[in-house]
Amino acid sequence: MVHIKRLQEEGADIIAIVGDIDASSSIELDLAIAKSVGEGFTKILVDCSALEYISSAGLGVFMSYIEELRDKKISFVLYGLKERVLNTFSILGLADLLNIRDTKQEAKKLANELSI
Amino acid sequence: MSYQYNIGCSLNNLKGIREFIRTSLDGQGVSDLEMGAIVLALDEMCSNLMIHAHHCNPDHNISMNIHIPAKGEFIFEIIDDGSMFDINHFEEPTITHLVHEKRKGGLGIRLVKTIMDKIEYLQENGKNICRLTKSV
Repeated sequence: MVHIKRLQEEGADIIAIVGDIDASSSIELDLAIAKSVGEGFTKILVDCSALEYISSAGLGVFMSYIEELRDKKISFVLYGLKERVLNTFSILGLADLLNIRDTKQEAKKLANELSI
Repeated sequence: MSYQYNIGCSLNNLKGIREFIRTSLDGQGVSDLEMGAIVLALDEMCSNLMIHAHHCNPDHNISMNIHIPAKGEFIFEIIDDGSMFDINHFEEPTITHLVHEKRKGGLGIRLVKTIMDKIEYLQENGKNICRLTKSV
């Protein structure tokens, strides 16, 4: 069960994930990122502070956007991951393929730097 | 000590499976990170089985047994009667390949193989048993 909220701050789209992303709910994350990209945002932040669990289905969603985000020059930064969630990314070395920061401020700063 | 959980093959039941695993391992000296990794690996195995062997039919059941010895390795068994798929014979795509192909699948089996120490398949009384072993 997951709730995904989107809000905009200083020109960035913030996707907040609340709950668990598994094989039953990864489609909702996919739709939220697709909408954000489709609406033309060039800075997308993913608030993971209330993300309790992620399985490979969720990791796969992030992986599947890496090339599109790069091609469209969209800054994409995740922040606020709990240690056990970050560990899931790290087991396969995916943490190195995505931009991950601790706080929203750091994530915004990085998104601004990347979009110059 | 042993615990058993039976559940229909609906992806909505994965959360219940994760809670069952956490409850069974609670108080066994498993660290948060190890607990997270074990829960993840078993979630991946169950969701693969539900999707590929049972097409998410909630009338099909799978069982999970957890054996906790006084000392040594934890043993997790996932039992079903669908078609058997031995992940030891599956060559998972590289991460680079997945990114390039924009594929969303293929990471789960890699996670399970990384997390678990041993993955074995057995057949008993017409049932498939996937036995996963993990030293903690």
